[in-house]
Amino acid sequence: MKPRVFTQWTPPATAVPAANLAQAPGAALRAGGPATGRGRLAARNGLSDRALAWLFVGPTIVLLLAFNIFPLLWTIYLSFTNFRANRPNAEIGWLGISNYQRVLNDEAIWENMRTTAHFLCTSIALQLLLGFALALLLNRKFRSHSFWSTAILLPMMLAPAVVGTFWKYFFEPQYGIFNAIARFFGASGNFTMLGDTQLSPWAIVLVDTWMWTPYVMLLLLAGLRSIPPYLYEAAEIDRASEWTKFWRITLPMVMPFIILALLFRSIENFKMFDLVDNLTNGGPGSVTELASIHLKREAFEKWRTGYSSAFAIILFVAIYGMSLVTVRFLDKVKQR
Amino acid sequence: MRTVPHSPLEPTTLAKWFAAILVIGYALISLIPLVWIFMTSFRTPEDAIAYPPKVVAQASAIGYVNLFTTRSRVSAEELAALPPAETWYEGLVREQQMILAGPSRFSDRYLNSLLIGFGSTLLSVVLGTLAAYAFSRFRVPGKDDWLFFILSTRMMPPIAVAIPVYLMFRNLGLNDTHLGLILLYTVVNLSLAVWLLKGFMDEIPREYEEAAMVDGYTRWQAFLKVVLPQAATGIATTSIFCLIFAWNEYAFALLLTSGTAQTSPPFIPTIIGEGGLDWPAMAAGTTLFLLPVLVFTVLLRKHLLRGVTFGAIRK
Repeated sequence: MKPRVFTQWTPPATAVPAANLAQAPGAALRAGGPATGRGRLAARNGLSDRALAWLFVGPTIVLLLAFNIFPLLWTIYLSFTNFRANRPNAEIGWLGISNYQRVLNDEAIWENMRTTAHFLCTSIALQLLLGFALALLLNRKFRSHSFWSTAILLPMMLAPAVVGTFWKYFFEPQYGIFNAIARFFGASGNFTMLGDTQLSPWAIVLVDTWMWTPYVMLLLLAGLRSIPPYLYEAAEIDRASEWTKFWRITLPMVMPFIILALLFRSIENFKMFDLVDNLTNGGPGSVTELASIHLKREAFEKWRTGYSSAFAIILFVAIYGMSLVTVRFLDKVKQR
Repeated sequence: MRTVPHSPLEPTTLAKWFAAILVIGYALISLIPLVWIFMTSFRTPEDAIAYPPKVVAQASAIGYVNLFTTRSRVSAEELAALPPAETWYEGLVREQQMILAGPSRFSDRYLNSLLIGFGSTLLSVVLGTLAAYAFSRFRVPGKDDWLFFILSTRMMPPIAVAIPVYLMFRNLGLNDTHLGLILLYTVVNLSLAVWLLKGFMDEIPREYEEAAMVDGYTRWQAFLKVVLPQAATGIATTSIFCLIFAWNEYAFALLLTSGTAQTSPPFIPTIIGEGGLDWPAMAAGTTLFLLPVLVFTVLLRKHLLRGVTFGAIRK
């Protein structure tokens, strides 16, 4: 509250020495009051706050316009044409919305969407379950808990592309450590995680879960720590069972964090490329061909630029829509 | 015997032991891959593909030697006719029935990663600090829209962004240049930098600058001499996050570079080689590539949450 009051304070000209008026423009600008005599003061000050604000934000906005807005508009334009990036000199034909129609009627695209949805749902469900369990356990604050939580966090900061590469080694059926561990626990070990159409969708889920469970754990741990202790004390007085405390206090209080984790993870996994490109490259066949992998094949291997631009826009809209819905839901939960 | 009612915030000793065992168990299992890749980097290619996998094997530097060199195979007679190896690593190469052909491209790719990582981090943190200060202190028209727009740029799949950027770079001659990737990573990191730094700036009381300005500082001076030192931790944290992003980025590097400016992530998968069996070299490259990130993660652990949620959770 204090700064606000302070900024609305306009210095009475008589009481304050002239030099102190230096801060008047800023105060007037922020408080939305009339900026009397700004010109004179700005001259003293070198630059007015308004000029400084634009100077500070300007470069960022220019870069974003050049590398985000402009490419986005270009993609939208390309999505209505038959342009192919490997034939830059060919005449560009206007196709209207037919690229979009083709994308939406393409059986392969819907197959990708199913694959993506399966990956998204199973990996995030696993990460939420495991992450929540770990957060609850870590919240018991046993000795050395902070050391072990740091140890658990390590995988999430690694490069997904490199993670995909070395997991490929672990999944090798003969000399890979994954099958060796399975054999150690009595399984037959005669399976190939990455070569089997039944298993490889689960291989990418497994690696993604290994990598990102720590992330969910980190968020939910923050959620658990934000619960005010008096709620549990009150529940204790009422002799509530552990079960009741969990359902009535812990879960509702952590819910915004769960939704936030869901939001961040689903955006990231919808965009998933690096890890899967290196682990399975969409194979065997196309059983792990997620949307981004398919997009890369269409855009940079088959060079169907116009068509893949349409697909890119559809993906962007889908991710954006999904995020908006989740944010709405988050607001609703927070208001409760 | 009367049981002592424990505080709900203080779990029983038994509950703590139970939690500790499960958490430590998970941590150990989840660290197996990292330990295993580290161990593999010190094995011979034969040990790396042994069946069943060896837990203990003779340590060898072949992985690292192979990572940094290119070699060519020679026949036994040719090898016998050569003068004795001059260096220890040449000896290791000869043991594999090969002779040294030259340095590999790994160190170039690693240097590219460093150059592009530090270049883009510097740019995005400088620009991000300025923008974050403005968003935090001034009334910028359409502020919330800009901030949300900056965030929404992260929702675009990188491959989708790469289509127009590829064409743009081709027209500007930026394909496979350091400058191109630095600019691109700067823009991608700007969203993170602006959001994180705005959070840090918001936490610095305005009174500090106001007081400085009362003492006769201009706003620019107050920003430089009062706000920046206060934001030092935030700026350092943000820098490391930007650096890690640029270091780890794969999709753009794969599609927009091919040689000169290629970074490590698209290069490491290619180390395995044509036979697909040089796992120790891949593991060595992976180890050298991951080590800095692991160190930074440990250093950053207090600020990790903030960084990975774009400052949405500050703790």
